[in-house]
Amino acid sequence: MRTPFTVRLFNSMPRAGWAALALFALFAWVWVPLAHLALPADHALHLSSYWVSLLGKILCYMVVAVAMDLIWGYAGILSLGHGLFFALGGYAFGMYLMRQIGRDGSYGAELPDFMVFLDWKELPWYWWGTDSFLWALLLVVAVPGLLAWVFGYFAFRSRIKGVYFAIITQALTYAAMLLFFRNETGFGGNNGFTDFKRILGHGITTPEMRVVLFALSAALLAGVLLLGRYLVTSRFGRVLAAIRDAESRVMFIGYNPLHYKLFVWTLSAVLCGLAGALYVPQVGIINPSEMSPANSIEIAVWVAVGGRGTLVGAVLGAGIVNLAKSWFTVSFPEYWPFFLGFLFIAVTLFLPNGVIGLWSTLRARLGARRPAPAAAEPPVQGAAAEPPAAESSRGAVA
Amino acid sequence: MKKQASHWARRALFLLPLLVAFLLLAAAGKARAALDEATLQGLGAADFGERIAAIEAVGATGGERARAIIAALEAGELGTAGGRVVIVRDGRVVDAASGEALELVADAVDSLRVNNRVRRALAVANAALDLESGERARRLAAAQTLRDNASEVVLPVLERALESEEDDAIREVVLLAAARVNLNADDPAKRLKAVTALGQSSDAGVKTLLEPFLDPASEPDAGVREAAAASIAAIERRVSIARNIGTVFSGLSLGSILLLAALGLAITYGVMGIINMAHGELLMIGAYAAFLVQGLFRAHLPEYVDWYVLAAIPAGFFAAAAVGVVMERTVLRFLYGRPLESLLATWGISLVLIQAARVLFGPQNVELANPSWMSGGMELAAGVVLPWNRIVILGFAVFVLLLVWLMMNRTRLGMFVRAVTQNRAMAGCVGVPTARVDTLAFAIGAGIAGLGGVALSQIANVGPAMGQGYIVDSFMVVVLGGVGQLAGAVWAAMGLGIVSKFLEGWAGAVIAKILVLVFIIAFIQKRPQGIFALKGRFADN
Repeated sequence: MRTPFTVRLFNSMPRAGWAALALFALFAWVWVPLAHLALPADHALHLSSYWVSLLGKILCYMVVAVAMDLIWGYAGILSLGHGLFFALGGYAFGMYLMRQIGRDGSYGAELPDFMVFLDWKELPWYWWGTDSFLWALLLVVAVPGLLAWVFGYFAFRSRIKGVYFAIITQALTYAAMLLFFRNETGFGGNNGFTDFKRILGHGITTPEMRVVLFALSAALLAGVLLLGRYLVTSRFGRVLAAIRDAESRVMFIGYNPLHYKLFVWTLSAVLCGLAGALYVPQVGIINPSEMSPANSIEIAVWVAVGGRGTLVGAVLGAGIVNLAKSWFTVSFPEYWPFFLGFLFIAVTLFLPNGVIGLWSTLRARLGARRPAPAAAEPPVQGAAAEPPAAESSRGAVA
Repeated sequence: MKKQASHWARRALFLLPLLVAFLLLAAAGKARAALDEATLQGLGAADFGERIAAIEAVGATGGERARAIIAALEAGELGTAGGRVVIVRDGRVVDAASGEALELVADAVDSLRVNNRVRRALAVANAALDLESGERARRLAAAQTLRDNASEVVLPVLERALESEEDDAIREVVLLAAARVNLNADDPAKRLKAVTALGQSSDAGVKTLLEPFLDPASEPDAGVREAAAASIAAIERRVSIARNIGTVFSGLSLGSILLLAALGLAITYGVMGIINMAHGELLMIGAYAAFLVQGLFRAHLPEYVDWYVLAAIPAGFFAAAAVGVVMERTVLRFLYGRPLESLLATWGISLVLIQAARVLFGPQNVELANPSWMSGGMELAAGVVLPWNRIVILGFAVFVLLLVWLMMNRTRLGMFVRAVTQNRAMAGCVGVPTARVDTLAFAIGAGIAGLGGVALSQIANVGPAMGQGYIVDSFMVVVLGGVGQLAGAVWAAMGLGIVSKFLEGWAGAVIAKILVLVFIIAFIQKRPQGIFALKGRFADN
């Protein structure tokens, strides 16, 4: 007899994980609202709007990182085009936000400002229904999902993988970026969407709205973590890991990897779209540079830094890199690229399992009683397939 | 149209005596007589139309007097006094026709105003005079002016030139000019001849000139209409051929750049299976090397500065190769067999290199001058110019390709490289020093990228982030051509270049780029191994 879903969900995570999740919920849904709204601005524990927006933004990035980890860490598919799905979700919700501006734009017209500027008389057909919140939500899920499904179907059916897949996803996001840069595409060209006013009639810049968006992002992250955890510990997750480690063997046993890969790929894109939809109102702008190949590669680095194949690692990686980024770009802007570049190199050379891997190695070295729970995770492809020669040469370099 | 025709007719009548006189004179080849009095009187006419016809007629008569009169009018020294046309120079008044001094005070002369229409007529008159001058360049320029501005008045000059001109290029232009004038003739036979002659033009402007002759309302003669249609078709064919050649050339030029960018990548990816995302930055290093060499030449060898590009070629190669060796030794060799990680690490290297260039050379683009022997271009037809720098780069790409081919197929190292590409383990077993081959292959691949950078520095902006624009494109070439395949890279680069340029003409640059990317994505679905696949028996590849 199958175990009930709730029990399986509960068992998918160790006790410590549930405790951490509860702490996180307490932080995001109780402490942040209180510290931002209830405490006076000069109080030592007051959380400024800068920090709420920054943390909310990073929460969205964390969702993207988990989505990336699901396909890269667990299915061995490296996508260099995940920024596209993120941006598409953002654009889909941005359309709704643009419609909510109403007649408050600088031209006071029914159409978004950039369309007035282009002398368009009516909305293009694909803007139909974008004044409805629910339709916009549907688009947020459906557009990235559909694109990912179609693209993934053809790619996985032809058994494109590894580097080839990475490169064509990069080409895809690059092509999309070029397309969105054009004014005629109908998404504001270079400038994209900005100057949002309200969501569902409520002002977008109010502290309350900021806290609500933050809490929603936190809820999305918690939900995505739970879902991801449930998936990777299920039978489905085991097949995915098997595909990652030896696709041909999985096929010879009688599984069709297409459906497994396609499902997790589409799911990952949808999650990115949702994160993008929450990101846009918090940042206040969406433009085609979100689709640049560099952004998508950075997503992969968050995951690599945290540790592939561990969902917590992805969250940690996104947090570490982005906090470092906001600190660097304020304090030493010209050194950020150096830092990021060396981080890419150092992580791939010295930390193939990321910060999480480092942590478990350290615990093992220090003679801990048992392997840490993180070490019980399925081994990462790179670590498993690594030839001994590389191991020793890395030691030599270190 | 009607009004215009009557106007022309009036001018023709006006000219008839002149024409006769000139044909005689030209045949006799003797000194020319004084200018026709009626024509000269026309210069002072109140009506600008008449005055312009007179100016052109004076130009058409030719000879020293005519030249003097035109020059005087240009200088504002021509005027009328007491019903005759006179030239006022240094306070003395001279009869325009004969050149005799007159007993007149300069103040009594009404000088003739020059406006834009008159200026144009003066240009025509000067051209008519120049057409019979000695220098070829002046005759050609004159013929071209007349081709665009000729009126019936100068027709005799054109006809004389057709008889005496020996230079074919000039004759052709004169023929077009004459045909253009004859288009307005009343005689259908003349018009027919003119319309047929204009069919030899490859100028799209002539086509618009011929279009009225398709319309029965303005062209009564059916034969002329048919000839006009035929001529327009011929011009269109010629224009479209010239344009297509131009497009193919710019496609080849783009392809040669893609090839230079992708050749090195094809080698490194083929040998090591490593995606080098910093490849674009190796291009950038080659371009900056060219910039430094240019600086050295400007400072120390200013007289040879035109040849700095030649010195930049080895400099670019070795600079990029050195960076490549460092990359390979310190980072990449620990990542063999982990292609996805190598992708991230090399991306990190590219970030570092871009930022290093930004710190060293500043964030702005640096300025590189085209040597004089690379500027300018070859004009294929009206509006289709093949720039020399692109031709040189095309040749350079062929040269580099040849070198790479020789290296790969005629040297021991090349053999090793091919062996490692095909089967690393087996090659190692039979004694190929795979680690050294890797380093050398990577150095050569990087060096070729440096060469590409030197070439790029001559046609594109050189800045820290210049390599970023080429990385996706050069991967597309490698992927499309098939990994480790020189021939594949060549076909893919040239094919992509030409297809992109044709699409650009049809859909605009951005849409063309998107279409090409979508095409490649679709193509890889169909043939994941590229156009030319290595044959092997791997289940997992």
